[in-house]
Amino acid sequence: MENILNWITAHEQMIYIVALMIFLGIEVIGRVPSVLHTPLMSGANAIHGVVIIGAIIVMGKADGDNYVALVLGFLAVILGTLNVVGGFVVTDRMLEMFKKKK
Amino acid sequence: MELSVLTLCYLIGSITFIIGLKMLSNPATARRGNLIAAGGMTLAIAGTIFLYKDENGNALHNYQWIFGGLAIGGIIGTLAAKKVKMTAMPEMVSLFNGMGGACASLISITECNRLTQSFALAGGGDAGTRLELLIIFAGLIIGSVSFAGSMIAYGKLNGTVKDFSFPGQHIFNLVLFFIIIALAVYLIGWLPDNFVPLFYTVLGLSLLYGIFFVLPIGGADMPVVISLLNSFTGVAAACGGFLYDNKVMLTGGILVGAAGTLLTILMCKAMNRSFISVIAGGFGIEAGPADDKDYGEHREINADAAADLLASAHSVIITPGYGMAVAQAQYGVADLTRKLRDRGVDVRFGIHPVAGRLPGHMNVLLAEAKVPYDIVLEMDEINEDFDDTDVVLVIGANDTVNPAASEDQGSPIAGMPVLTVWNANNVIVFKRSMASGYAGVQNPLFFRQNTQMLFGDAKDRVDAINAELAVTEKV
Repeated sequence: MENILNWITAHEQMIYIVALMIFLGIEVIGRVPSVLHTPLMSGANAIHGVVIIGAIIVMGKADGDNYVALVLGFLAVILGTLNVVGGFVVTDRMLEMFKKKK
Repeated sequence: MELSVLTLCYLIGSITFIIGLKMLSNPATARRGNLIAAGGMTLAIAGTIFLYKDENGNALHNYQWIFGGLAIGGIIGTLAAKKVKMTAMPEMVSLFNGMGGACASLISITECNRLTQSFALAGGGDAGTRLELLIIFAGLIIGSVSFAGSMIAYGKLNGTVKDFSFPGQHIFNLVLFFIIIALAVYLIGWLPDNFVPLFYTVLGLSLLYGIFFVLPIGGADMPVVISLLNSFTGVAAACGGFLYDNKVMLTGGILVGAAGTLLTILMCKAMNRSFISVIAGGFGIEAGPADDKDYGEHREINADAAADLLASAHSVIITPGYGMAVAQAQYGVADLTRKLRDRGVDVRFGIHPVAGRLPGHMNVLLAEAKVPYDIVLEMDEINEDFDDTDVVLVIGANDTVNPAASEDQGSPIAGMPVLTVWNANNVIVFKRSMASGYAGVQNPLFFRQNTQMLFGDAKDRVDAINAELAVTEKV
């Protein structure tokens, strides 16, 4: 129990961020017209590609002789990049079409 | 100094994600919002590569691998995103989402390997290790479920994976879920000697759960599932944020997790179905055999007659569905719209919230075909106007215009809000055959007095009507 409390104290800022982001995420999305649901889903999809940063850290920390970590990290970097780049480009393509009004 | 710059990069990144999402909620600013978020992401990634220091103050190494991975992923991602047809957009989103899930899961695997090696030396972990393990397992399980589920959703949307369920699948899924949780709790709490093989068992079972979680869910519910898996990946990314004490991962992940969950609930509401019944799956599977009721005869119409009917109409509403996307009929429909508007016919579109396979999918297709978006209306905006409409064209839609949803309490889609097209004077239904729609429910609309069926490929039929209109125009 004490350990958990210690952990919470140590990660106080992180826990605040989680709590606030939950409300913010709901607030920000709440007013989206259904027309934009597909691009929005796609844009959100690109944003969670931020997981790529974890992959870069894993990759960059791996010892040069730890081939398992190197290969897994390398794969993670590729997949994460696919998520980020693909996500943003697809979203941009969709939104490009909304621009030409009348 | 370098670390403070990195902190600043992450702060800017987090703020751009929030601003980006906010701007995505308005058609006028959406594109800029996406670019702003992309810019913030680039900054956060570049900052991590060049400025990150671990606990001992060492910079990252293995740059050749990092840049190699970024280049490969970047090139493939850009090409795939540029080449994909607008109609195949939903499966593309699902595919990219799966990549993110897999990435989170790989991070957990690598971190777990590192931890097991260190506590093998130290002879067991302390409480901090256990909490770290808890986060690693959360990332592993959620990421793997999201990855496997997204791949199945991808396969289902492009038609390579068929709906599949077996008796007792709900129980099976539930049991599988509890085994995964129990195993994870056992591993974290007791750190047994056979930790590593059991860790990979959790990975395998999570992948399996992802597959069986999505398999029974019908095609009509795929948007909801993709949205849900999207929020899963967000949470998995946030686990990485806790692991590395990284605030931009945490912000981005939780933001998407919360937003995705809300979007999922909004979509369920649009279909008037409970979240639980969507997840339980089997929509349409149980509905199949019960339907041998006699609905009477349907009437057919040909393209020429349809063109005449349209030419003499004052007001026309077009209600497209996924069939329009499959047949690539949106350009023909846009052309038809222009022709009719040139003749002074009031043409509008009525879009059901779940038409197509993703909300807004039809809007994207019509926008691509250059239909002005002020005549593309949502269901609630247009439903009252069907009474005063001369002709309704139902193109590749079925369940979203089914009167049974509001009239037949026993129907599997009972209670789902639908476009009340049957109130119009004439309804022309473009359809390949009399087969039922995704929900597997027969549609009494086809047998109504004011309904006429126009059989054939939607694109062919629309083009035929356009050709006929072009001829009569000259006369």
